[in-house]
Amino acid sequence: MAIDVVVLVSIGRHPVSGRARRADADARAVELALGIAGAHVQLVHAGDPDEPALRDYLGMGANAVTVLRMGPEADPVSVLSAHLSSTKPQIVLAGTRAEGGEDSGLVPYLVAQALNTPLVPGIVSLSLVGERAEMLQGLPRGRRRSLVSPVPLVATVPVMAPAPRMSAFGLARRGTIAVKDADAAADAARTAWTEGPARRRPKRIKVMKAASAADRVRAVTEMAAGKGKVLQNVPPEEAAKAIFDYLVTEGIIQAKP
Amino acid sequence: MILLQGLIGICVAVGAACALWRARRWFRGRPAKVDFLRGLLRFPQSYFVDLHHIVARDPYTARMHVMVAGGFTAAFLLTLAVHLFDIDSRGLAWLLLAFLVLMGAGAAFVALRRRPKPARLSAGGFSRLPWSLFAFAAAFFLATLPKAGLVAPFAAFSVPGIVVLVLAAWGCAEMVAFLPLGPMKHSFAGAMHLICHPRFQRLGAARPDSGLKPLDLELPKLGVEAPSDFKWNQLLGFDACVQCGRCEVVCPAFAAELPLNPKKLIQDLARAVDPGASDAAYAGSPYPGRPVGQAHGGPSRPIIGDDAMIHPDTLWSCTTCRACVQECPMMIEHVDAIVDLRRFQALEKGAVPGKAPLVLAELRATDTQCGAALASRLDWAADLSLPLISAKGECDVLLWLGEGAFDLRNQRTLRALVRLMRHAKIDFAVLGEEELDTGDLARRLGDEATFQDLAKRNAATLAKYRFRRIVTADPHVFHSLRNEYPAFGARHEVMHHTMLLDELVSQGALPKGKSSAGKTTYHDPCYLGRYNGEIRAPRAVLDAIGVERVEMERSGMRSMCCGGGGGAPVTDIAGKKRIPDVRMEQARETGAAVVAVACPNCAVMLEGVVGPRPEVVDVAELLLQAVEAA
Ligand code: SF4
Ligand code: SF4
Repeated sequence: MAIDVVVLVSIGRHPVSGRARRADADARAVELALGIAGAHVQLVHAGDPDEPALRDYLGMGANAVTVLRMGPEADPVSVLSAHLSSTKPQIVLAGTRAEGGEDSGLVPYLVAQALNTPLVPGIVSLSLVGERAEMLQGLPRGRRRSLVSPVPLVATVPVMAPAPRMSAFGLARRGTIAVKDADAAADAARTAWTEGPARRRPKRIKVMKAASAADRVRAVTEMAAGKGKVLQNVPPEEAAKAIFDYLVTEGIIQAKP
Repeated sequence: MILLQGLIGICVAVGAACALWRARRWFRGRPAKVDFLRGLLRFPQSYFVDLHHIVARDPYTARMHVMVAGGFTAAFLLTLAVHLFDIDSRGLAWLLLAFLVLMGAGAAFVALRRRPKPARLSAGGFSRLPWSLFAFAAAFFLATLPKAGLVAPFAAFSVPGIVVLVLAAWGCAEMVAFLPLGPMKHSFAGAMHLICHPRFQRLGAARPDSGLKPLDLELPKLGVEAPSDFKWNQLLGFDACVQCGRCEVVCPAFAAELPLNPKKLIQDLARAVDPGASDAAYAGSPYPGRPVGQAHGGPSRPIIGDDAMIHPDTLWSCTTCRACVQECPMMIEHVDAIVDLRRFQALEKGAVPGKAPLVLAELRATDTQCGAALASRLDWAADLSLPLISAKGECDVLLWLGEGAFDLRNQRTLRALVRLMRHAKIDFAVLGEEELDTGDLARRLGDEATFQDLAKRNAATLAKYRFRRIVTADPHVFHSLRNEYPAFGARHEVMHHTMLLDELVSQGALPKGKSSAGKTTYHDPCYLGRYNGEIRAPRAVLDAIGVERVEMERSGMRSMCCGGGGGAPVTDIAGKKRIPDVRMEQARETGAAVVAVACPNCAVMLEGVVGPRPEVVDVAELLLQAVEAA
């Protein structure tokens, strides 16, 4: 029996031009879903069915996207949760973070909470073995952690996951957009906000005293190959203390005397 | 000799039937508008002038072909007269003998050329061909001797009579009865191809007919998936391939051992039309690194696929350099076929490899290949205060900057060009933020939708302003604006910067200076030379500044690609070598200290070659240096 995989897709925004497009992380989630053997992939979007950028996802080879129609001010969490609890897919995927709105990355967590399923953050691959999903979670500096979870589950896909395929014009044109009217509550908190361009934060400059190109390469790779330490199976207080101390040494926060 | 008469008669009838049988497979393609009468009337000129020009680049083959083809055609017609219709004339018989001797001598050249067989030629039926030619010539030579009064007539069942019959049967089988199916197929399909050529306007054209034709984006299926999606005269063109391997020899991808051989590509396309097709009978060089005999296809089976007739890596190895088109004596349009196939992959499957999907997505989102803000196209020129046409409204030269404006290396070229124009007091302006990518790269990658979108928007911008001509330092931009934008309503005079510089130098608009560059060799960009026929202007500029100019073995219209065209750098198919390394090696062989370039892609590709090598300098940079030294 084919396993139902739903990918939550949102409308992204190109960081330079601001033009609407498929959201990068969501597109990677679709790519990952299309690669799961034996999966029946469905796309779900909460928002405006007439948004042309939705077709970018159809161009990746999914036949249809279900749009839960709601206004721009509405909160997608309740709408998505309601839809998913009635369709009951085994796997729900989403990008780790949207490219507009709050950008908090919390929607998948809230949906998982509503569906009462585990949430696996930041996976870069997934395959099904019986009723279980075997996943690789992407960690910083190219490390991977293998995880296994029973389905149903919600998982998020980061921008470090494999690049999405090209959106094909012909497929995008032919795919269908199925609209369902959704009953969405307005996101009261958000209406009060104003959006503005982000302020560029100054980057910390790493001074490298390297005589040759080879030295520079070595300096970079040595840095990447792990300063810092991995703490495993430590009590939470100790872990929190380690993070706190690190932030203090980096000068990001100041320890109270 | 009633037996001989019967044999000839039967062979002619079988030949006609085979021709019809063969032609049937072309009509598995889509309909195409063909002016048959016009093609037929122009045929002598197409064959004896246009085609001969190409064949004559290889004088040995040209002589060989004139002897065999001329000898055979005349001999065949005379054979019909003398032997089939039994016209009793010594004169005709002597004439026939003469043409048969010519043909036989030609056959000797055919045999000699294959000894030892050069890699570019095919074995299989072609190995047999010289002997079949001999058989034909010998049979009718013997049979004609009595008619010329040289020997006494011999009986059919005498030794000479039987020898004549056996040889004639062999010769006529190859050269008449089964001509449309064997190695001689090229004569029949080739003639039909010249008459019904899909780019008929290329015949006799003053400059190359190289612009791609717009694709109707409303069609239910975009691009070519299966052989039946090609136009019928394209299928006819593939069938005309004579497997001479000239395309193979010049293909930069083949030279760098990427998995592409244009000759096999055309053969695979020709074979794919048959139900249950396979490449097992192909007897030429393979795609480098890929075995022969494992590809399968059929008239409505997908052509591209891991075990289909053509592997995707083969399709994406092509740099669209047109060297194969330039060399092909059968005037086959390889690049059109490749782009048709790419269009399906890009538009219907989204199956474009490497970094190409990313670049295409950036093009759609930002109208630049690198995903930069349009306003930043002028960042490099902050100190030059380039005039904007939006402020001026009109100018003489509209300078099109292109993607090169985002690249450090090419900003140096643009800087030199701007300074030269200022020296010459040219009234120029740039579009600034209004300049979008031309879409050239998207088009070569098969993404016609993105190309057309960009082309229409650029055309609308250009229509707003008044200027005399567009000048660009990028031959890819030059080609698409000049040859492909007119289909979208943008008809402007477009010049490559070397053409403008040549004009300025010859008008004396620039101070006369002498270059201090050492020995210099000029590398022709494909999109300036082969695509547009402009090989003179850049050389004239170099000569005007007294550069000691040497030519590489391959130059001008027969130059070799740097590997930067057709999106090859972004699809990035691996080969044993890299194309720019192969080209740089050819430059090294000239002993030149400088490779002069005239294209941002060439500059980047050739500068990327590691190890000691000649310096890579744009023609504009060389000229500026000379002018400033004056
Ligand atoms: S266009 Fe150039 S790269 Fe492509 S097949 Fe022809 S010769 Fe080879
Ligand atoms: S495609 Fe043209 S150049 Fe290449 S082998 Fe065939 S006939 Fe010769």
